[in-house]
Amino acid sequence: MSAATATELTYHDRVVRQFSLMTIVWGLVGMAVGVLIAAQLYWPALNFDLPWLTYSRLRPLHTNAVIFAFGGSALIGTSYYVVQRTSHAPLFAPRLAAFTFWGWQTVIVAAAITLPLGLTTSKEYAELEWPIDLLITLVWVAYAVVFFGTIVKRRVKHIYVANWFYGGFILAVALLHVVNSAELPVGWWKSYPLYAGTVDAMVQWWYGHNAVGFFLTAGFLGMMYYFVPKQAERPIYSYRLSIVHFWALISVYMWAGPHHLHWTALPDWAQSLGMVFSLILLAPSWGGMINGIMTLSGAWHKLRDDPIIKFLIVSLSFYGMATFEGPMMSIRTVNALSHYTDWTIGHVHAGALGWVGFITMGSLYNLIPRLYGQQQMYSVRLIEWHFWIATIGIAMYAGSMWIAGVMQGLMWRAVNPDGTLTYTFIETLRATRPYYLIRLGGGGLYLAGMGIMAYNVYRTVRARQPQPALVPQLQTA
Amino acid sequence: MSLFWTVFIAGLTLLNIAACWWLISWTRRGGTEPAQPGETTGHVWDGDLTEYNNPLPAWWLYLFYLTILFGVLYLLLYPGLGAFEGLLDWDQEKRYARELEAAELRYAPLYQAYAAQPIPELAQDAQAMQTGGRLFAQHCATCHGSDAHGGPGFPNLTDQAWLHGSEPAAIRTTIAQGRQGVMPPFGGQLDAEQLAGVANYVYSLNGREAPGGDELSAVGQQVFSTYCFACHGADGSGNTAIGAPNLTDDAWLYGGDLETITTTIADGRTGVMPAHAERLGEARVHLLAAYVYSLGGTPAEPAATADATPPGAMAPPTPGVAAEPEPAS
Repeated sequence: MSAATATELTYHDRVVRQFSLMTIVWGLVGMAVGVLIAAQLYWPALNFDLPWLTYSRLRPLHTNAVIFAFGGSALIGTSYYVVQRTSHAPLFAPRLAAFTFWGWQTVIVAAAITLPLGLTTSKEYAELEWPIDLLITLVWVAYAVVFFGTIVKRRVKHIYVANWFYGGFILAVALLHVVNSAELPVGWWKSYPLYAGTVDAMVQWWYGHNAVGFFLTAGFLGMMYYFVPKQAERPIYSYRLSIVHFWALISVYMWAGPHHLHWTALPDWAQSLGMVFSLILLAPSWGGMINGIMTLSGAWHKLRDDPIIKFLIVSLSFYGMATFEGPMMSIRTVNALSHYTDWTIGHVHAGALGWVGFITMGSLYNLIPRLYGQQQMYSVRLIEWHFWIATIGIAMYAGSMWIAGVMQGLMWRAVNPDGTLTYTFIETLRATRPYYLIRLGGGGLYLAGMGIMAYNVYRTVRARQPQPALVPQLQTA
Repeated sequence: MSLFWTVFIAGLTLLNIAACWWLISWTRRGGTEPAQPGETTGHVWDGDLTEYNNPLPAWWLYLFYLTILFGVLYLLLYPGLGAFEGLLDWDQEKRYARELEAAELRYAPLYQAYAAQPIPELAQDAQAMQTGGRLFAQHCATCHGSDAHGGPGFPNLTDQAWLHGSEPAAIRTTIAQGRQGVMPPFGGQLDAEQLAGVANYVYSLNGREAPGGDELSAVGQQVFSTYCFACHGADGSGNTAIGAPNLTDDAWLYGGDLETITTTIADGRTGVMPAHAERLGEARVHLLAAYVYSLGGTPAEPAATADATPPGAMAPPTPGVAAEPEPAS
């Protein structure tokens, strides 16, 4: 080990290691809660008649854990890694970066305590009460300072495309969080939103859909733009395409929220704008998929023996599928069938398990050995196992929910010749039960894959101690 | 919507769409030749991260243009650009009204024909009862159960106990206008012995032996004739004119055990049957009344029909059957 001398700069990877390991931990926790509530839909008695184990309280815990704890830790951790490597500069304000780690973990633990206790604002994906909202804001501002500070300190002229996406994600999420969480506290754990009625619903879904657009899409595209070319050892397919789809994506996503409120009290004009921009969003979304897949396209032979590439390519495929399905579901006529059914659940999980989960797992399998001074993961074979188990899990999950969703939509609207509805609601629930069981199996497999990953990571981390990574010398350009 | 907001909304929308169009047109100028191996932009990050500058795939470009054209067309035809209502004069309320109107036109003759028949007669019509059963499953089963046996607080419609009367007209009025059932709380007016006494007495009214014995029942009878008889009658047989339950039969709306009877007397009860005339229309209410009448809880009306077959003996229209899923057609 060559000790870093006073003149040589080292990257700050301690915080990256912390976030990476917590990504695994929160992934296990969040997915386990998801599997539990999927089981509760089939066996309602699994809430054991305890209020804090009821579906209504655990469902937000599941979503918060997988989106903000698993996804958030992965995003913040990889962005710290990527922004240093692509700026050729160590993190700006490393102590602030350490604060973002401990602050973010505190937010997650606070969520894990308050949500089962029933303390909630009841706004979807923004359930946390106002003291936690304030802490999130504080952590997020610190995160932005560290990230953009590092960009400012960069020692290369051009800002790498991954950083555009990470940067867009950080700025947009700050805006979304502050606007949607504007609330009036009436006690330590109770608040009322500043908005009322339809306006509140619109603000909520402007936030809700952009949480998908910027947290679960733009952020993970940042991850994709670094780890796909790194793992494939190929140049990015098209710089031009990066530019077009970046600007189109971030400007168009902002409008898409109203498609969550089709056929409601929301005025027609707002619904139409939500639908039109959701459709225009198809091409910008696919721009990212094309750039990723075409980058991999020179490395198809690696698919044979590199399961990490498999994770990345399947991830991009699910991204393409979900971003085709989304615009279709935003069409008024389609939405009239799909809305309020399990089709929505299937759509979300195709994106979440397929795109977000797989791009994270692929990236971490690339990243973790490097963070711990290893050539590769403890076992490549276990990565292969993880890949296949999780892929089958997603297929079972998304497939069953698609079928269940379309079936529910058709049953709800079926009409007899005498004008009465053919099915009562309870009959549609009964028809859905088998699909809930298949979904539970799919979720269980996906969780099992995560368990394999956790073991593989544990063995990799235990094997060797990390070494400081040197910042490359400045090159004359 | 004021002119300002229309201009604001339409302006921002069209500006964003135009910007997308400009963006893809502008980047096309970089040429259409695919990049050769090694022909990167010259930017290098982290040792080996480089970029080609391949042209945008043509199919992707046309897809992008197509969605933009579709979007603009849609905003011309449908409401979207602020107060501009679109050329098709479409909105969701108009569409809903049109669908309702079409449905009414299509189904009204059927229900009008049913409405013209007296309820006891309609209850004999197998096809009408099938439709009635579906309406029941959709609108009534949530509270009364898909088998119409009810539950605590929700009357059983298949037994002989009728809070507001079993006559066809009374059933129809119950469904059309709804009912409010109020049992006032007596916990504040009765001491412990009186409460226990009257509960014992009520318990014994249908012929059961009161667990508290004769002495307590005597106290209870005294209380009953002071507080309860006005509604439930001196003999406890109730009064359908005001919806006071008969206490001498085996039907107990909230439960007939001593503890539940005590709670009912002490804390009172409030029951609500919602009104359905406005939601369903008189014709469907009439059909539903016939369906409920057919459930068998109604004693044969001497003057209703010459047919000796009690309505409950009919085969098809049992709610249990109506609740079975039918094969999707």
